[in-house]
Formats: sequence, C-alpha cells, structure tokens
Amino acid sequence: MAQAQAVEKKQMRPPIESGCPDGMQYMHPLMVKNFGNWKYHDRPRPGVLHHVAHSGDEIWTVRVGTQRQLGPYEINLLCDIVDTYGEGHVRFTIRSNLEVMVSKWEKVGPLIQAFNDAGYPVGGTGNSVTMISHTQGWLHCDIPGTDASGVVKSLMDELYEEFVKEEMPNRVHITTSCCQINCGGQGDIAINVQHTKPPKINHDLVANVCERPSVVARCPVAAIRPAMVNGKPSLEVDEKKCICCGACYPPCPPMQINDPVHSKLAIWVGGKNSNARSKPMFQKLVAAGLPNNPPRWPEVAEVVKKILYTYKNDARDWERVGDWVERIGWPRFFEMTGLPFTKFHIDNWRGARNSLNASTHIRF
Amino acid sequence: MAEAQKTPKDPARHSSFVPKEKKSSKPFHDTPMLDQLESGPWPSFVTGLKRLAHDNNMMVDLLGQLEYSYKTRLGYWKGGTVSVFGYGGGIIPRFSEVASMFPESKEFHTLRVQPPAGNHYTTKLLRQLSNSWSKWGSGLIAFHGQTGNIMFIGATSENTQHFFDEINEYGFDLGGAGPCVRTAMSCVGAARCEQSCTNEHRIHRTLVNNFIDDMHRPALPYKFKFKVSGCPNDCMNSIQRADFAVIGTWRDDMQVDQKGVKEYIESHGRKYTIDNVITRCPTNALSLNDDDTIEVDNKSCVRCMHCINVMTKGLKPGKDRGVTVLIGGKRTLKIGDTMGTVIVPFMKMDSDEDFEKIRELAATVIDFWAENGLEHERCGEMIERIGLANFLEGIGIEVDPNMITHPRTSSYIRLDDWDQEAQKWIDRQKAKATA
Ligand code: HEM
Ligand code: SF4
Ligand code: SF4
Ligand code: SF4
Ligand code: SF4
Repeated sequence: MAQAQAVEKKQMRPPIESGCPDGMQYMHPLMVKNFGNWKYHDRPRPGVLHHVAHSGDEIWTVRVGTQRQLGPYEINLLCDIVDTYGEGHVRFTIRSNLEVMVSKWEKVGPLIQAFNDAGYPVGGTGNSVTMISHTQGWLHCDIPGTDASGVVKSLMDELYEEFVKEEMPNRVHITTSCCQINCGGQGDIAINVQHTKPPKINHDLVANVCERPSVVARCPVAAIRPAMVNGKPSLEVDEKKCICCGACYPPCPPMQINDPVHSKLAIWVGGKNSNARSKPMFQKLVAAGLPNNPPRWPEVAEVVKKILYTYKNDARDWERVGDWVERIGWPRFFEMTGLPFTKFHIDNWRGARNSLNASTHIRF
Repeated sequence: MAEAQKTPKDPARHSSFVPKEKKSSKPFHDTPMLDQLESGPWPSFVTGLKRLAHDNNMMVDLLGQLEYSYKTRLGYWKGGTVSVFGYGGGIIPRFSEVASMFPESKEFHTLRVQPPAGNHYTTKLLRQLSNSWSKWGSGLIAFHGQTGNIMFIGATSENTQHFFDEINEYGFDLGGAGPCVRTAMSCVGAARCEQSCTNEHRIHRTLVNNFIDDMHRPALPYKFKFKVSGCPNDCMNSIQRADFAVIGTWRDDMQVDQKGVKEYIESHGRKYTIDNVITRCPTNALSLNDDDTIEVDNKSCVRCMHCINVMTKGLKPGKDRGVTVLIGGKRTLKIGDTMGTVIVPFMKMDSDEDFEKIRELAATVIDFWAENGLEHERCGEMIERIGLANFLEGIGIEVDPNMITHPRTSSYIRLDDWDQEAQKWIDRQKAKATA
C-alpha cells in the first residue's frame, strides 16, 4: 500500500510555486516605457481614454463591455479584433471590462467599429454606469439565493445607453450579490439577496454533514444550539432570534436558507470605495422584499432605474449617489424615489446609534 | 433599449466563429427561461454557453441544470474536496446535486488562477489560456472573480490536475481558497495612470509571492486578502475589501501647474470651478485667488484626490511619495462590514529595503493574527475584539493620531500608566526632532 502510494507520488508532477506572474511581460510597450511617468489623461469620447506621458508619448485605451464569462469563441473573436485593429495588448478592469491599448488615435475608430459590429459595447468610462460587478450565482456557487450573470445581463440590457454614454453626475458602480455574504461588495447601488425566513433544517443529515460547534459559532446572533431531534444529534434555531442571514448554510448545507419565494432581493445605495471628497462609505438599505424573479427580474430593474434616474436628474456634477443623498437628506431621497420608508430602515446592529439623528439638523 | 439595438452585429464575422455543426452528442435541453437572456443589446453569457454546448456534452447538461435553477429558483451545487498534487487549496469543488438529471456536468470544479499583476495580457496569452482550458475543461473562463482570480469554470476532478500541470509550466499558479492568503489585486496604476504614487505591481507581487506557502496550504484562522491601489481613489476597493490595504499617497505639497488651473477655469467658468472644486474640498484646503490661480493649504489637505481628479492637467500628487497601510477591511460576515484602519500613515516605497519593510510588516501582522485570531475570525474582527491598542502592541507599532477619527469620548477607562505613556510620546517626538 505504502509502496503503491510512493509509486503514484513519483509520477505526480510537483507544482512550481511561481505565484502571481509579472504583468510587465504582457504590458503594452508604451506602458512599460512610461511606467510611473504619466502626466494627464482626458476622454476624447465615451469609452476611450487618452493618456499622455511626460515623455510626450500618448496611448489610447478603448474600454469594452463583456459578459465576464468567456468561452473560446468569445476569446478568439475579441483577440482577432485586437490583433487586426489593435496592437495585441489588453487588460481587464476590476469590473470585467476589456481594455485595448493602441498607440495611435487613428486606430481607435476602426477598433470601436469592429467591437460594435461583433456585438460588444464600448463605454464604461468616466461618468457612465459601468459594468455591474457580479458574483457567481446559480452557475457555480454552492450557496446562492439567485443567479448573478442573469441579473447583470438583464440590467445591463436596460442600462446599455448609460454604459455607452457619459451622462451621469459622476461614475456609477452597481454591484450584485447572490447571498448575504455579499462578495459583490459595496456599490453606489447594490442588489443583494435578503432572506426572510429562518433556515429549514434537515435533521437527518446534520450530524453527518456538519461540524456542529463551528456552525453554532458561525451565527452572528447566537441563535443556534445543539439539540437532539428524533433521537439524533442535530441543531436547533431560535426562530425569534434568527435574522435569516444564511451564515449557517455554507458550513451546514442541511440548514437550507434558500427559498424560491422567501429569498428576496434588497436594494442598497450610497456605497463608495474611493476617498474622494468624503471618506469611503458603506451602502444603506433602501428597498427590500423584491421578488427573485428570473429570467429578467423586472421588479428589481424598475427600482434600480427609479433610483438611478432620480440621481441623474437631481445630483450635481461629481456627486456620487452617496454624496448626493448626504446633500439632499434621506427624507427627500424617499420622497423623490417614492420608495416607502419603514421601521426596517432604522439600524439596530452594533454601532447603530451612530446612524441616528442626534441634532436639529432637519431639512424642511 | 430599442435605441440600443442600433448596434449592428455583423453576421459574416460571427459565422466564422459560430460552430457550423453540433459536435456534442447529447441533445440540447429545452431552456425557455435562459433563451430570454439571449435578446437585448448587452453581450449574452447564455449565447456563449450555448456555443460551448455545441462542442461538449458537459455544457449541454450545465445549461440544463442552470435552466432547472431558473425554473425552481434554487441552486444545485455542493462543495467537496479536490486539490492538485502538493497543494491544499485553490480549487473550488462543485458536485451537482441533480446529477441524475444532468450527469455530464456532475463534476464542475472551478480553478482559481492568479492573473498577471494589473491584469495585463497579450492576445497570444489569452488564446493560450483558452486553448488549455478547452482541452481540459469546459472552455468557460471568468475574467475575473471578485477577489481577482481568473476563474476557470467547469472541470472534472481528474482534469483539474492536467490543466494545472499545463498552465503551471508556462508560468501560472493557483490562487487561494479556504482559510489562507488569497489572490491579491493591484490597479493599473503606474502602468497607465497619472495619479499613481507608487509601484503597485511590485508591492502586489512582493506581498503575495512572499506568502505563497500560506496561500497553497490553508492553515490560517480565515482568509487574508492583500489589495494595492496607487492613490486614494482606491480603484481596488481595498479599504473595504482587503485585510491588508496598501494605498499610494504623498506627504509633501501637491504639484500645482497654475497654467493648467487657469485653462480649466477658462473652459469651465469661475462659478463652476468654485462649486465643483473649491467648495468640494472636504477640509476647506482650497482657495481661488482673484487672478484665477489656486492656493492649496497643504497642511490641511487630506489627500482625498478630488481636486486632482477634476483638474487633471493643473494639479498633481506631490513628489515625496509612499504608501498608507490600512488593516482589517472585510464584508459582512460575521460582525458586520468593517473598513480597514490606518496602521501605517506613511512609509516610503522606493528602495529594496522599503519593500522588505512592507513584507516584514505583513509577516508580523499575519503571524500575530494566526496566533491570536479565533477560528473563522478575520483580522479586522480580531482587532475589534482585542482593541486597536493591543493589536498595535502585538505587532510593535506605536500609536499615532492618524489612526483615529477623534480621541475617545467615554471616560470609562483606567489610566494607571498615563505618565509613562505620555513620556513615550514626548520621547518619540524628541527623537523625531533630532533625527
Ligand atoms: C462557501 C462558499 C463560498 C464560495 C463558494 C465563495 C466563492 C467566492 C468566489 C468564487 C469569489 C470570487 C473569488 C475570486 O475572485 O476568485 C468570492 C469572493 C468573495 N467572497 Fe466568497 N465564497 C464563499 C464563502 C464566503 C464567505 C463565508 C465569505 C464571508 C466571509 C465570503 C466573502 C467573500 C468576499 C467578501 C468576496 C469578495 C472578495 C473581494 O472583494 O476581494 N465568501 N467568493
Ligand atoms: S454572493 Fe454568496 S452566493 Fe453569490 S457567489 Fe458570493 S458567496 Fe456565492
Ligand atoms: S440564518 Fe443566520 S441568524 Fe439564522 S440561525 Fe443561521 S446563522 Fe443564525
Ligand atoms: S487607484 Fe489611483 S493610481 Fe490606481 S488606477 Fe485608480 S486612480 Fe490610478
Ligand atoms: S486633494 Fe482633496 S483634500 Fe486635498 S486639497 Fe484637493 S480636494 Fe482638498
């Protein structure tokens, strides 16, 4: 047995632990040459960046929206376009946009035309609504309450014009998350799953599948306790205490949190990662209880568009969604968007007192 | 939406790539819901999945399972254990719970692979990665996951090893999964951004490649993420998403090109400049002179980047550059979202020794957390539990008023060693003055 293992090990190839590859070797030569020596940039049209180096070199970047999940067809199509009209060098942004760098302005037009002809939009720069950052969803996560790619595709269809134009007061970053873990992160507008019922426990499986103490430890409100159910060791949830967050589900799949009807979608606004003007901000809950309605989630799209266009009409230049609400105030936000304000908007998690108004600062 | 349909698709171009024949032997499942995601102007991932299903049966059944999820509004993947030889993490195992209906995609594992720093690729490299993945996996690749990996989605247990062996030979390595150091991210930065105050790529690779063992053999309390942004615009969202955020900044005066400022005012107007630049400064550090030049109170400027972003031709970060390090950012689980806290307000990042210093800092932080963090407790949660002062003592960093928004407001604290602590501050200030 030990010998057999040794033989098998011998045949296995040991990994080369090379870690993160050096980006320099794949970078556009002008970027290598002017590394750390850029002077300024402007945007000759939506979807195109023009950077000028101290050396006088110039580089144009065409930003292309993609579906993030790419197969050989898409990769070869995009690469053929880049090889024909570009210069063979690309990069991806944090929001899955493809950036194609070229050394001549003359190359920009044909490049854009070729992408458009192939069905790919050019945009996502400056004060546009850029690609929605998304998670994995039903395609390949093991805990999702909804899909991710489908939500993004249907919303980007609706917001297409805002991607290819730059008509927002400032950039708009939308994110989605298909469970309350939120790997989509903070966004100007965030669309996140919000469960509304405690997990349904399959007591026959818990003892075999779950490491019970670590599941107990995982719950943010200490609502889980070990219990004997039908003579078997299992876990019990104090349903009064449970906040339906689903944190127990990944370590213990028999505690099913997802529900076709009761797993809903909630909308959050005002998250901001940048330090520009205000410090970074977390997103705040504004709407909830929206149905998880594939394949196009029309109810979600409606609320997102309502918020987005209210912002577009009312915000000043350079105000992100969060900056805008800080200026106009929450009462006016709810009034202008027509969204209901409820007791659930009042925070009661740790630190909640900081979110209460302890002043006479009131807008009338 | 109707307007957007203008974007023409060139059928001739397309047909050269669309599979002419169906090579997969399995008939397609009906996918009436997914079919609805093929219309509309945005590129459709469903169309992409269908093209792949022409080639392989795995994707035929994957589409079937996805449609089933859409119909029942539930997910059907479960985890498990799969790894490549020599590593303990980096693969997200996926076994189907509905394999009886969709047997060909019963194993559909994801490999997390670290992209080149800054996400730079050549078309040659993209094609090479795609070819390798078509050979060993489903062909479907996500550029990129939220943590920053290239996610190669859909392989059988056996083929994960073959695929890894192939790409590892040409310089690619797995990322992290599980309680370990995760794949890091850095912005485009110095490669193509005038705001960049540091060499993001070098910091990124210095940090993550130093902890490669902690990435491939998960043994930490929980996940640990590095992210590097070249300036306070923080394009990598590091304050909110990284346990260890490194952000470029400067400590001397910002560079002002009054000619650029004047040109901006000429083209945008005085009122616009006042309303959008001067009064938007969070610390009132800007003032517009009567002759349309700008005055910066650099001692009050908090390096927020706003005025520099707006007047990109007039204003610039200063020349004495370095980085700020913030520790403890993360998303919701378990105590709620936390942002990183300033631990190092400024450190230079020029010489080899500077890079060595940040590597050491990261090692000290990870060691301290590995020792003191509870199971499944992120670094930021540990800091919250033990208090920032104890954490600083643990990693050997002196307190600094840049670490707080304001001093404590509660009098419920014992002050036994006040005099000694005050003396430490006074000594440090003296040492600084003589240095
Ligand atoms: C158990 C199942 C889980 C799966 C399958 C999963 C999967 C993923 C994947 C695939 C990504 C993108 C990774 C990449 O770029 O390669 C991701 C990111 C992320 N995950 Fe998870 N995750 C799980 C659990 C968790 C948990 C328990 C947390 C919370 C603590 C979490 C928090 C996050 C966050 C915050 C991100 C975004 C990371 C960033 O911005 O750097 N995930 N997850
Ligand atoms: S948000 Fe949750 S369900 Fe969605 S991919 Fe991330 S961990 Fe999975
Ligand atoms: S859903 Fe959340 S609150 Fe409810 S038992 Fe599970 S972990 Fe606890
Ligand atoms: S973080 Fe700063 S340096 Fe990096 S890409 Fe963004 S603006 Fe440029
Ligand atoms: S960078 Fe920000 S804080 Fe500094 S002067 Fe400009 S607007 Fe004010």
